[in-house]
Amino acid sequence: MPSVKIPKKNKATDMTPFVDVAFLILSFFIMATKFKPEEAVKVETPKSVSADFLKEENAMLITIDQDSKVYVNISSPKDESKLTSVIEGINQSRNLGLSPAEIQNFKKAPIIGVPFASLKQYLQMPADEMGKVKQQGIPVLDSLNNELVWWVGETKKVFAGGKLLFLIKGDNNSKFPTFDGVINALKRNDEFKYNLITAQEGAPTGTELFDQRNRK
Amino acid sequence: MASIDEGGGGGHKKGPGVKKAKKLSTRVDMTPMVDLGFLLITFFIFTATMSSPTTMDLNMPKDTEKKEEETKIKQSGALTILLGSKDQVFYYEGELLPDGSNFKSATFKTIRDIIINKKKDVIKNYKPDDKSEEIKQKAKAKGDPDWENADKDKDFVVVIKPDEEATYKNTVDILDEMTINNVKRFAMVKISDTEKDLVKASEK
Repeated sequence: MPSVKIPKKNKATDMTPFVDVAFLILSFFIMATKFKPEEAVKVETPKSVSADFLKEENAMLITIDQDSKVYVNISSPKDESKLTSVIEGINQSRNLGLSPAEIQNFKKAPIIGVPFASLKQYLQMPADEMGKVKQQGIPVLDSLNNELVWWVGETKKVFAGGKLLFLIKGDNNSKFPTFDGVINALKRNDEFKYNLITAQEGAPTGTELFDQRNRK
Repeated sequence: MASIDEGGGGGHKKGPGVKKAKKLSTRVDMTPMVDLGFLLITFFIFTATMSSPTTMDLNMPKDTEKKEEETKIKQSGALTILLGSKDQVFYYEGELLPDGSNFKSATFKTIRDIIINKKKDVIKNYKPDDKSEEIKQKAKAKGDPDWENADKDKDFVVVIKPDEEATYKNTVDILDEMTINNVKRFAMVKISDTEKDLVKASEK
């Protein structure tokens, strides 16, 4: 029988278009990724099963770092002048005697973690140095001298009528009394709803929450 | 195809002194490059979704000076969890006995079972009262598929008492445990001196 000759084909597939696609997707992801802004205070948040994502809204962020020091950061993405109103209010109620330049500098400060006594000195620094210096933290432990009460009160006054979230971002290793002090400062301003910032974690299998989520 | 034709060209006789140059394949194997590309893509996808922070809602009650405004809880359905230093957990059911004999030690791993068991216990001893119907109707209005049983655990209350040495992580973990086990009533309460001493004495 005459055998039919099948021409030998090259077995290796050409991978070039594949590479093109891979790198196209790769470049898309690199460009779409928003890099985390460098944080002035390093905080490692605990994990929770909560699945609600953080919204970008007007918020007062209260940070507790690993040495149980408290910092505040007010964000108002739509209206920056509100930040100026906050510091002006603080300046008046606490008689800090800040100059207009220092008040302007508050907007640029990445995060505030100094007692009122040294706030003037802190706001005199150029903005890019502010994130680098070590701050003492806002005193919260002593209920008579809980300075966070003033910060919360003033922020609340400025944002009255609008939406304002109270975010608490605590470090794993910070101690409970500091957290309690923060809660107390908020409670004294009649604020009872907070959002704790946590990292995501799945619900453990076999628990009620796990069954609930899987039922849906 | 992007391969370069490397065949053909053979067969032409050059002069006797001219050596035929060995034709090397110009083709590059792209497979490892594809591997690398997709590896990077996977990495970016994972890091992009993992880093997004979530928030946990926390509602605190208003502090009240008046005794009659305080929420009363049934001793039979109460579970008190105390948080000590170095991730240690202690608990007792109902009221703390004067001799401290119902004060027990646990860990963050075992506390879940303790909560679940206590909850089952409370549900078993459930007796409907005047509030039961109200709770059921509320659950029904919210669209709870299991609204018929919504009042079964109404007496179950977890009291959380972290001491000075407890970390923020412990506090969040135990609050998380409430969500995980669907505990509807829980409260964060200041630790008393007797309890503090007991925690100190039982800590390792």
